[in-house]
Amino acid sequence: MNTTQRIALYQARDALRSRWIVLHFLAYLAVTEGMLLTGGASVKAVVGLVNVVLLLVPLVSLVFGVMRLYDARDFVLTLLTQPVRRSALFGGLYLGLAVPLAVTFAAGILVPFLVHGALGGETGVRVAALVGCGVALTLVFTAVAFLVAVRQADRVKGIGLALVTWIGFALAFDAVVLLVVTAFAQYPLERPMLVAVFLNPVDLARVLLLMLLDAAALMGYTGAVFSRFFGSVAGLSVSVAALGLWTLAPWLAARKAFVTRDF
Amino acid sequence: MPRSVFPILSLLASIVCAVPTDACARQVFDLVAAVATAQPGDTVRVPAGVYAWPTVVIDKPLVILGSGRPVLDGGSGDHELLRIESDDVEVRGLAFRGVRRSFVEDRAAIRVKEASGCRIVDNRFDDVFFGIYLARSRRCVVEDNTFVSHSEKETDGGNAVHSWHSTDLEVRNNRMEGFRDGIYLEFTTDALVMGNTSRRNLRYGLHFMFSDRCRYEDNRFESNAAGVAVMYAHEIEMRRNRFAGAWGPSAYGLLLKELKDAVVEDNRFEANSVALLVEGTDRSRFQRNAFDGNGWAVKLMANAGDNRFERNVFRNNTFDVATNSRRAYSRFEGNFWDRYRGYDLDRDGTGDVPFRPVRLFSLLVERNEPALMLLRSVLVDALDVAERFLPVLTPDNLVDEAPLMTEPAVHATRSDPRTPLAQRIERP
Repeated sequence: MNTTQRIALYQARDALRSRWIVLHFLAYLAVTEGMLLTGGASVKAVVGLVNVVLLLVPLVSLVFGVMRLYDARDFVLTLLTQPVRRSALFGGLYLGLAVPLAVTFAAGILVPFLVHGALGGETGVRVAALVGCGVALTLVFTAVAFLVAVRQADRVKGIGLALVTWIGFALAFDAVVLLVVTAFAQYPLERPMLVAVFLNPVDLARVLLLMLLDAAALMGYTGAVFSRFFGSVAGLSVSVAALGLWTLAPWLAARKAFVTRDF
Repeated sequence: MPRSVFPILSLLASIVCAVPTDACARQVFDLVAAVATAQPGDTVRVPAGVYAWPTVVIDKPLVILGSGRPVLDGGSGDHELLRIESDDVEVRGLAFRGVRRSFVEDRAAIRVKEASGCRIVDNRFDDVFFGIYLARSRRCVVEDNTFVSHSEKETDGGNAVHSWHSTDLEVRNNRMEGFRDGIYLEFTTDALVMGNTSRRNLRYGLHFMFSDRCRYEDNRFESNAAGVAVMYAHEIEMRRNRFAGAWGPSAYGLLLKELKDAVVEDNRFEANSVALLVEGTDRSRFQRNAFDGNGWAVKLMANAGDNRFERNVFRNNTFDVATNSRRAYSRFEGNFWDRYRGYDLDRDGTGDVPFRPVRLFSLLVERNEPALMLLRSVLVDALDVAERFLPVLTPDNLVDEAPLMTEPAVHATRSDPRTPLAQRIERP
C-alpha cells in the first residue's frame, strides 16, 4: 500500500467516524425512497431525482470539500513535517473525501431501487446514467472545493467562495445562457448552445440525462441537433471525456497550488 | 380465351394436375373469364393458388370469394390487380401482392371507381403501392383487411386505404403498417372509421381533408412518423382513439387545422412529441381525454377560438399547455393536472385555487426554441414558480378555475384482440 492509499484510507475512516458521511447516505436514501413511494418505480421517480442530484451533489461536494480541508489543517501540517511527498498527501486527501462521497451517494440512490426491484430494463439504464452523472459531479466539485480551499487560507472566505461557485454553476450560468438566447433570438443558436453546455459540468450532466429521460420536448429542430449529437457514440464519448476533463483540470490546478503553497 | 375452350382446358388441367400446385392453379382458373361468364348476383369462387392475371375488371354485381386465400400476384407490378366498376360488388378472402410504385399514377391493388355498395372484406395486401383506392364511390365498406407495405421514403409510398370524393364510407377493423398514410380521406363525407390499427406509417396514421361529418372511433394510431393530421373539415367526431408514439421533429399525436365544431372525446395520447396541436380550430369540444407522457400535451395557437377543454387528464407531460399568445380564446375548466398543488377546503372535488397550465418557460421556448436546452434547469424552475405567483408574461386568462383534485376515470381504448398489444411505444 503506498502513501496515497494509506492517507486516503485513514481519511475515509475518519469520515466514517464523524458520522456526516452516514447522514449523507441516509439523506439520499430518504429522498430516493420518498420518490419511489410517491411516484412509483417509474421514469417519473428518476426525473424527480435529476433535479435533486443536479442541485445537491455540487453543493454538498463543494461545502464538505472546503470544510474538510480546513478541518484537516493540523493533520496536513503534521504530515508535512514527515518525509511524505506533497502530491501523495494531496492525492490521499482528495480520494479520502471524493470516494466516500461518491460511494454513499451511489448507494443512497441504488439501494431503494434495488429494494423495490426496479432496476430492470429502461429504468435501470436511466438510474445508471443518473448515478454515473452524480458520481462525476462529485469528483468534479470535490476537486473545485480543494482548489478553493488551498488557494484561500481564510476559512470563512473559503466557504463563502464555495457557495458563490455553487450559485455560479447551478444558477448564474443558466441565467446568462437564457439572457444570451433571448438577446440573440434572431440568430441560429444551436451550435453555440451546444458549446455552452460543455462549459458547465452541471449543464452537461443535465443535458445528458435529459436526452435519456424526456427528450420528447427537445425533439424540435434544436432537439434534433442535440439528440443527433448526444445520441451518437462520438457525441457521447466527447461528453464523457469532457466530464473527465472537468474533473482533471481543477484537480491539477489544486494539486499545483497545494504543492507550491507556503503553509 | 374463347368461352367454349375454357371448360375443356380446365378439365385437361385438372386431370394433369392431380395435386393443385401453384402453376396448375394458374392454368385451371381464370378470374377474367369467370367474371365474363358469371351472371349479375353470382358468387365467383377463387380456389387457392397464386395467379398472375392482368387487371381484373368487375363490371357487374358479383361476390368474389377466395377459398384458402388465393393470391393475386402483380408480377412485374406495373398494373392494378382488381378494378370494381359496378355497384354492389363484394370481394372477400383474397390476398394481393406485388404492385410497384409509380410516379405517374396512383396504382392500387383494388380500385373502386364510381361504384356504390361495395364490400371489401377480409383480404390481405402485401407490398402494394396503394391498397384500396376509392374514387367517387358511395356506401362502400372496407372491413377486416390487413395491409403491409415496406415503403422506404415518404415521397414514394402509397396509402393503405385512399378515398377521394366519396360518401358514406365505412372503414372498420383494418390493420395497416408501413404505408405513407394508413387511411387517407379527401372530400369524403359522412364516413365512419372504426376499430382500425394504423402503425409505423411513414407519414400519417390517418390523414383527411375536406371531409365533413366523419366519425373516428376506437382506432389506434401508433408510431406513425408524423402522427395524425386532420384538416379543413366540419363536424367531425373522434372518440376513444389512441394516439401514441408520434415521436420526432414535427410529429403530432393529433394535428387539427381549420376544423369547425369538432368533438374530441375519451381519447388517449401517449408518448408523443406534441400530443394535440390545435390551429385555426373553432367551437370544438375536448373532453375526458388523457394526455400521458408527452412533450407538449396541448399546443393551442392564438388563431383557435371558442374551444372548450373539460375533464381532461394531464399527467407526466413536459409541458401541459403551450400557446403563442398573451390572451386565451379557449376555455379550460375542470381538468385534472398532475402539476396542480392547490387545496380543496370546501371538499367539492375541485381546487379552490385556479391553475395556470402555461409555464413561463414554455412561452420562452415558443418564442425561441434553443432555450429548450435549459429544460429542468433549477433557474428555469425558479422562474416558473415566480411567474405562477405573479403572472407577467403568461396569458392571464388561460386559467383552469376549477381544477379537479382527483383523477377522473378515462375511457380505456378498446384493445385490438388480434395482435398482442404493443404496450411499449418504441422511441427512436
